[in-house]
Amino acid sequence: MKLLNRQQKQRIGKSILTLMTFFTVIPIVVTVIYILILGLPAINLEFITAFPREGMREGGILPAIIGTFYLTLGTAFFAVPLGIGSAIYLSEYAPNNKATQLIRIAIINLAGIPSVVYGLFGLGLFVLFLQFGTSILAGSLTLSIMTLPVIISTAEEAIRAVPQAFRTVSISLGATKWQTIRRIVLPQALPGILTGVILGLERAAGETAPILFTVAAFFLPRLPNSPLDATMALPYHLFVISTQVPGMPIKIQYGTALVLLVFVLGMNLVATTIRSRARARRQW
Amino acid sequence: MVEKTMNKISIQNYSLTYSDQTESLRHINLDIPANQITVIFGPAGGGKSSLLRTLNRLNDLADVKHQEGTVLVDGVDILDPAIDVIQLRRKVGMVFARPVVLPLTIRENLVYGLEVAGEKNKDHLTRAVESSLQKAAIWDEVKDRLDDPAIALSGGQQQRLCLARVLALEPEVILLDEPTSGLDPISTGKVEESLQDLKQEYTIILVPHSVQQAARTADKAAFLLQGDLIEVAPGEIMFTNPQDQRTQDYIQGRFG
Repeated sequence: MKLLNRQQKQRIGKSILTLMTFFTVIPIVVTVIYILILGLPAINLEFITAFPREGMREGGILPAIIGTFYLTLGTAFFAVPLGIGSAIYLSEYAPNNKATQLIRIAIINLAGIPSVVYGLFGLGLFVLFLQFGTSILAGSLTLSIMTLPVIISTAEEAIRAVPQAFRTVSISLGATKWQTIRRIVLPQALPGILTGVILGLERAAGETAPILFTVAAFFLPRLPNSPLDATMALPYHLFVISTQVPGMPIKIQYGTALVLLVFVLGMNLVATTIRSRARARRQW
Repeated sequence: MVEKTMNKISIQNYSLTYSDQTESLRHINLDIPANQITVIFGPAGGGKSSLLRTLNRLNDLADVKHQEGTVLVDGVDILDPAIDVIQLRRKVGMVFARPVVLPLTIRENLVYGLEVAGEKNKDHLTRAVESSLQKAAIWDEVKDRLDDPAIALSGGQQQRLCLARVLALEPEVILLDEPTSGLDPISTGKVEESLQDLKQEYTIILVPHSVQQAARTADKAAFLLQGDLIEVAPGEIMFTNPQDQRTQDYIQGRFG
C-alpha cells in the first residue's frame, strides 16, 4: 500500500515551494522594516542638509549624500557611453567568431570579479599610476569598470529584443545599417537600455570596497569642488560611523543606512517605472 | 507583328546556397519583362523568397555560403560587390509576407525611405505621401490620421501601407513575397486589383500565396521546385496547358 497518493504529493510539493518563497522574502522585509524603525528618528531636514558635528556624532550627512551623488554621476559619465557603444557593437556589428566570443566571455567574467579587487586595481591604475590621487575621478572610473558588464549585457539584450523584421524592412527601404540602428533599433531599445543603466548605477552607488581604495574620505569639512577632490560617500560613511567611531548614536547609523537605501531603491523605482511604461506603449 | 517586350531583369545561370542548407537555387535562368506581373510559384522551400531577396540584395543580410551567375537589372550585374546597394534597393522595392510597419506613425513610415536617402524637401515628402497612398488604394482610409501610429491600422491596411511605403520611393521594380498571405479575401482582392493598375508603371514580381492567385495575376509564370526552375511560360498557358508533368501535378494539387 502506498503511503501517499499523487494528489497528496502534489499538494505537499506545492506547499514546500510556497514556504521557500515566503522565507526568501522575509529577510528583505525584515531588513527594510528594521532600518526604518531605527533610522526614521534620525531623519529631519538638518540630517540631510548639514555637515556632521561633534566627531560625526551629531549633525547631518550632507557631504556623504553629495559625494555619492557625484560618484554616481561620474560613473554614468564614463560607463553609459562606453557600455551602450559596446552593446551596439556586440549585438549589431560584431562578427560571429572566436574574438567576439572571447570578448563576451571577458565581459561576463568582469561581472564576477569581487568589488574589492576592482578597488585595488583602481588604486594601482588611477590613483597611483595615472596620478589622479584619491579623487572622484579615480573613484568614478573604478566604479565604471565594475558597472560596465551590467550595462553592456542588459543593453545588448534590449537591442536584440527589437524584432529582426524591423531591421530587414529598414534595410530594404534603402537605409544603411547605421541609419537602421539610430532611427529604429535604438529608440525601441531605449527603455530596456535605460533600465540596465540605472540598475548598473544603482550597484555603483551602493558599493563600498571600490571607493574605499580610490576616493572616500573619512571626514571632510567641505564639499568637493573638482573631480580631483576626494569626497565622503554614503556606503563608506556608514562603515566608518558603525565601526570606527566610539559612542556613535544608533539612530545616526541607521539614518544613514536609510538614506542610502532610499537613494538606491529610488533609482530602482525609476527603472521599474520606465520599463512598465515602455511595455505598455510598445508596438510589438 | 511580333511584340517585343523589354526585359527589365535577366537572371542568368544563377545558383545560391546558404550556410545552414535551408533553401538553395540551382542554375536559374529567367527573364523578367518590364511592365508585367511575373509570378514565381511552387511549394514551400523551393527558393522563391531566396530568389526575390537576391534581386534587391537583401540576401546580404543572410548567411550566404556561395552564389554564382549573373543577375542583370537594366543591364547592370547587381551581384557585383561594387554596385551601390542602397541605390539598388530604392529601385527594386520589396513587400514582405507579414506586413511589418515600422514603429512610427503612418506618415513617418511612408517617408522613411526618402528621409534616409536624404530627402528634406517638405513639399516633395508631402506629395510622396499622398500619391503613394493613392496608388496603393488606401488614401481615403488613412488621410485623416496620418500622424497616428501605423500599428493601429488593420492587417489589410498595414499591408497596403507597406506597398505604399515602397511606392513612395518611386521604384522601378516591386517584389512582393506572398503579400496577401495574412489577409482576408476582400483585402486580397484590393491588393490584386492595385497590382493590375501598378504594372502600367512598374515591373512586378510576385510570389503568390496560392496557385489560384498565381493563375489570377500572372502575365508570365515560373514554377520553382526545390531549387530548380522547372517551367517558364506565359500565365494563360502555364495554368491551362503546362508542359512538365511536375508542373501539372502541382497545379492540379497532387502535391504541395
